[in-house]
Amino acid sequence: MSSTATTFDSAAPRKTGPHAFIWRLRNGDQVAHIVTLVFAASILLITSLVVYELWINSHLSRAKFGWTFFWTRTWDPIFDNFGALPYIYGTLVTSAVALVIAVPLGLAAATFLAELAPRTLSDGIAFLIDLLAAVPSVIYGLLGIFVVVPLMRTVIGPALKTAFGFLPIFQGPNYGVGFLTAGIILAIMVVPFIISVSREVLLTVPRDQREAALALGATRWEATWKVVIPWARAGIMGSVFLALARALGETMAVTMVIGNANNISVSLFSPGDTIASTIANQFGEAAGDLYLSALVELGLVLFLITFILNGLAQLMIIATERGRGRA
Amino acid sequence: MKRAALIWRKSLNVIMLTLTGVSALVVVSVLFLILGYLLWNGGKSLNWAFFTELPKPVGEAGGGMANAIVGSLKLLGLAAAIGLPIGLLAGVYLAEFGGKTFSFIVRYTTDILNGVPSIVIGIFAAAVAVLPFKHFSTAAGGFALGIMVIPITVRGTEEFLRAVPVSLREGAMALGASRWRTIATVVLPAARGGIITGMLLALARVAGETAPLLFTAFNNRYWSPGWGQPTASLTVVIYTYATSAYDDWHRQAWAAGLVLLGLVLVANVGTRLAVSRGGAARGV
Repeated sequence: MSSTATTFDSAAPRKTGPHAFIWRLRNGDQVAHIVTLVFAASILLITSLVVYELWINSHLSRAKFGWTFFWTRTWDPIFDNFGALPYIYGTLVTSAVALVIAVPLGLAAATFLAELAPRTLSDGIAFLIDLLAAVPSVIYGLLGIFVVVPLMRTVIGPALKTAFGFLPIFQGPNYGVGFLTAGIILAIMVVPFIISVSREVLLTVPRDQREAALALGATRWEATWKVVIPWARAGIMGSVFLALARALGETMAVTMVIGNANNISVSLFSPGDTIASTIANQFGEAAGDLYLSALVELGLVLFLITFILNGLAQLMIIATERGRGRA
Repeated sequence: MKRAALIWRKSLNVIMLTLTGVSALVVVSVLFLILGYLLWNGGKSLNWAFFTELPKPVGEAGGGMANAIVGSLKLLGLAAAIGLPIGLLAGVYLAEFGGKTFSFIVRYTTDILNGVPSIVIGIFAAAVAVLPFKHFSTAAGGFALGIMVIPITVRGTEEFLRAVPVSLREGAMALGASRWRTIATVVLPAARGGIITGMLLALARVAGETAPLLFTAFNNRYWSPGWGQPTASLTVVIYTYATSAYDDWHRQAWAAGLVLLGLVLVANVGTRLAVSRGGAARGV
C-alpha cells in the first residue's frame, strides 16, 4: 500500500473485526486508490475473458480436429469438416503483398519526413498521414470495390501480365477481386502506421551520428542509408510488425475485395479468403455447434498471432527509443 | 575513375532523396484522392431524405438512413458509457497510484487489448452477449464497441495526467489537500482538455468500426426501439449496400461513406488542433 496509508494507520487507533476495513477506508485516498485499482484490474479481467471465451467456445473444434485444423483444406459446413489452411494461406499472402508494397513506400516517406523536410512541413504531412490512419476500414472497402477493383481488371492486372507474365504469381484469369487487390488495399491502410512510427524512431537518432557520417564525406543519402537507418533498425522493424499485425487482423476492406472463395492458388489474381474475412462472412449465419466452434478457433488463431506480433513490436520500439537500437 | 565514382554517388544521392519525397507525396495524395472521390460520389447522392427517411423496400429507389444514423449514435453512446469511465479511472490509477509491476502489467495488457483485431472483439461480444440470448441486439453491439474504447482512453488519460507539472500537485498537497482531492480538484481539471480529446479520438475510432457489429448489432431495415433488438448502423449499412447489386444502394453507400468520413475527420482534425493550441498555451 502507499506511504500515506501507513502514516494514517499508525496514527489511528488499531481496530479489529469487520469495522477495521471500513475504518481504514474512511481515508479518501484509499477509497480512490481502491476504486481506480478495481477499474485498472478490470482491464486484465476483460482481456483474460476474451482469451477464455475464445478458448472455451473453440473447444469442440479443437477436440475434434486437433492440429490437423491447420493443414487440411476442406471447409464443409454440411458434413462438419473444417480445415483452415486456405484461410491461413490467404491471410499470409495478402499481408505479404501489403508489406512488399508498404514497407519501401513507408520507409522512404518516413526518411523524407525525418531527414529532409523542414520541421513544419514534416509535422504538417505527419498530421495528414495520421488522418489517413483514421479513415474507417469500411471506407477503404467502399473505394476498393468501386475504384481499385475496376482498375485492377482494366489497367493494373493487364499491365502486370504483360510485364511479369512469365512469373506464376501473375498468371491465370484476372477478375479484379483477389489476393493482389486485397494486398494493395491493405498496403494503403498500413502505410500510415509504418510512416508515423518510423518517423518518430528516425527522429530519435542522435544528431552527431549524422554529422559524423557527413564529416567523413558521405553524401546525404549515404549518411541516411548507412548510418541513420541501421541505427534505427530495431524500431523500424517494430513499425513493420505493428503494420503486419494490423494487416493480418484487418477485416472489412479485405472482405469486400478478396472475392470470398475457399481457394489456395499461386496466382495473385485469383480470389480467396482470409481468416478475418471468413469469420465476417460466416459467423453471423453459422448453424451448428461445430461450425461455430471452428470459426471461433479461427478467431483464436488470429488473436494469438497478433498478440505475439504486437508484443514483439512494442519491445523493439522501446529498445530503439532507449538508444539500444544497435545491439 | 575516382571522378566517375563521385558522380555516381552524387547522382544516387539525388535520385534516392527525390524518391523519398515522391513516396511521401504519393501517400499524402491518397488521402486527398479518398476525400475527393467521396465528396464527388457521395455529394451527388446526399440529400435531405438521406437523413430523415427509412430505407425503401428492395428495388424501390430513394429512401434514407435515418435509422442507421440513430443506430450508430445509440451504439456510440453505449460504447461511451461502458468504455469511458473504465478507461478514465484505469488511466488515473496508472498515472497517480500505480506501483511498478502491477502498472506494467496493466499497461502491457492495455496494449494487447488495443491490438486485438476488431473482428475478434466481435466474436467475444457475440459469445458473451448474443449466443446466450439467441438474438442480436443493440446492447451487444455497444458492448463490443465499449471494449474497444477502453484501451485508447486509458493511454490518453495516463499520458495527459503525466504531463501535468508535479509542482501543481505539490502546491495542492502543501495546502493540506489529500491525494484524491488533489487529483480530483487540481490534476484532472488541469489535464481536462487532453483527456477529453483522447476520449473523442477513441469514440471517433470506434464510430468507424464495422467488424465488431456484424454479428452483435447486426442490421435492421426499420427503427430499433430500446436496446434488445438488432439495429442498423452507418458502417454495416455501407458494407451491405456496397456489396449489394443495386445501383441505388451503391449511391446511398457513397452518401453514407461521405457522412461517416466527414464525422470521423472533423472529430480528428478538431481535437488535434485543439490539443496543439491548448498545449502551446499551457506551455506543456
